[in-house]
Amino acid sequence: MKTKKFNYRIVDVALLIALFALVFLADQFLPTYDIKFKVLQKGAVFALVAVSMNLLNGFTGLFSLGQAGFMLLGAYTYAIFTIPNEARLSVYKYYTMTNSAGEEIGGLVQLVLPMGIAIVLAGLVAAVFAYFIGLPVLRLKSDYLAIASLGFAEILRAICQWKGLGTLTNGSNQLRMYPYFNSIMPYFLIAGLCIAIIALLIKSTYGRAFKAIRDDEVAAEAMGINLAKHKMISFVISSFFAGIGGALFAMYQNTIQAKPFTTTLTYEILLIVVIGGIGSLSGSVIASFLYIACSEWWLRFLDTEGVIPGLSRNGFRLVVFSAAIMVIVLFFRRGLMGDKEFSTERIVNGVKSIFSGKKKKTKEVE
Amino acid sequence: MNLTIDHILAGISAGGQYALIAIGYTMVYGILRLINFAHGDVFMASGLIIVYLTTAMPLQYAIPVVIIATVFIGFLIERAAYKPLRSAPRMSVMISAIGVSYLIQNLALYITGGLPQTYPAIPWISDSVELFGAVTKRVTVVTPVLTLVLVVALVVLIRYTKIGMAMRAVSKDFETSQLMGIKINKVISTTFIIGSFLAAIGSLLYFSSYQSVTPTSGAMPGLKAFVAAVFGGIGSIPGAVVGAFVIGICENIIKSSTEFSIFSDAFTFALLIIVLCVRPTGIFGEKTTDKV
Repeated sequence: MKTKKFNYRIVDVALLIALFALVFLADQFLPTYDIKFKVLQKGAVFALVAVSMNLLNGFTGLFSLGQAGFMLLGAYTYAIFTIPNEARLSVYKYYTMTNSAGEEIGGLVQLVLPMGIAIVLAGLVAAVFAYFIGLPVLRLKSDYLAIASLGFAEILRAICQWKGLGTLTNGSNQLRMYPYFNSIMPYFLIAGLCIAIIALLIKSTYGRAFKAIRDDEVAAEAMGINLAKHKMISFVISSFFAGIGGALFAMYQNTIQAKPFTTTLTYEILLIVVIGGIGSLSGSVIASFLYIACSEWWLRFLDTEGVIPGLSRNGFRLVVFSAAIMVIVLFFRRGLMGDKEFSTERIVNGVKSIFSGKKKKTKEVE
Repeated sequence: MNLTIDHILAGISAGGQYALIAIGYTMVYGILRLINFAHGDVFMASGLIIVYLTTAMPLQYAIPVVIIATVFIGFLIERAAYKPLRSAPRMSVMISAIGVSYLIQNLALYITGGLPQTYPAIPWISDSVELFGAVTKRVTVVTPVLTLVLVVALVVLIRYTKIGMAMRAVSKDFETSQLMGIKINKVISTTFIIGSFLAAIGSLLYFSSYQSVTPTSGAMPGLKAFVAAVFGGIGSIPGAVVGAFVIGICENIIKSSTEFSIFSDAFTFALLIIVLCVRPTGIFGEKTTDKV
């Protein structure tokens, strides 16, 4: 594009800056108990996790259902290494130990890391586990891979609840009193940074190799792509960011327990990816905010009795919501964005072609 | 460890119940190459339906009605959620199955209000009996017997009837059997009907021994039954039954230890991963048994 064509890239960047400015304003004016505050925080967390899953499912074609397990690892790592020492005794009250000086201490870990390092460590722990899980699992094909990775997530959950590791994980009791951000901006910054790294990765030669594997494994191998190596890279990186997402999730929740990290959580993330479009990062981001906003906020009114006589009561929101998801899965299989990315250029061109009456394919641009 | 005859009996009983669910998985996988994630939830739905039916009608009517209702649900799911995606990539169908599972669970949550529902006591099978010095419910004894009878009937159906032959043909080669004039949709519907019928029976037996139904109580037995199907060699009915009994018994032995009881679910998945790595075709390899 060396001609005088208007550079839409600038508009994209401006939109992104405007978004962060809005988040900044939201931080200033929204009270922390506001539902919008919670929606924005949770949306950012899920956007990161959904993008990390999309890297695996959408760009590398590995249908893995282990995301909840890696989030669990990240969340636990973050919580274990950031609970202040003076709070440990009350958190680990069922698993106290005595140290060499004969004092009673809570839990095995007495090391307190700064938040930033703990977040990175959360990702690293998830990545290391992913490497060892990947060794057997990545040799499997499509649905076997799905069920085996799902199985590993369940095993991790059971291990975290095991009494034998109680001094480390606090058994099935919750971990709490670790530091968290009480504003929206940090979630957006961390998630945004991670998503940007994933986007750069996908544009790199590695990303092209991933796509080649997704499109045709045999052909990719014939072109000299090392299948095992690239699948492993994708799996480990995806898990790294899922681990960071888990740490953010722990912060968002304020307390953490192994219980919510079930397969249902993985299914929810998968559905976000599907709604956004498998193979579109911006789709995943948009879908996760839509998903969280719908399930937590916009459809809330359906749960109040009497809005739709005879039907609306507690839980009706989720029925409507899951029915809507089924419609998307069945009839709009490409999701919001298909495999295209968000750009103002495509929107403008789409709108132009509508006005000029040309029957161009603009389905993806909504 | 206080391993008693109780745990072994409970294990055999659980194995029978898993077997009945596992057959549904293995048959659907054999034909459509689809992990029907919603199957466990159909099983749960069947349990919930009977809870509500028994408030309206006596048990002897409720049982046949619930079986018919479950079969209908299974049929409906296939028609609504899987049939439109027949030519779509396999991943889409699997996502659709996950969506159905999510929908059924949320629907159950809405109907029950999130409260566990008490399963009605079915007179004869809920009675206590004494066996080898252990007091247990009769359902524990009935389950394995009934399971074996149903499995034999199913194997006969697959081996000696026309629809059974069609099923075998479709599972061998989808396209060719279509060219040979087999009505694919009819065969697939029949598969789902048989699977749901067995899930309904399994649900009667399972919830009689566990007594309460929650919206998520189908997910775990469902996954375990699937693991059983993989363990036995997916597509093979005798394999699924053997796998289910192995998992049921091992799981109850683990449950008997207080230290490791939290691993009773994780064990199933560990077994799955070992099987997939060592012998991906399961203990009954695909070629040695008839596949449906």
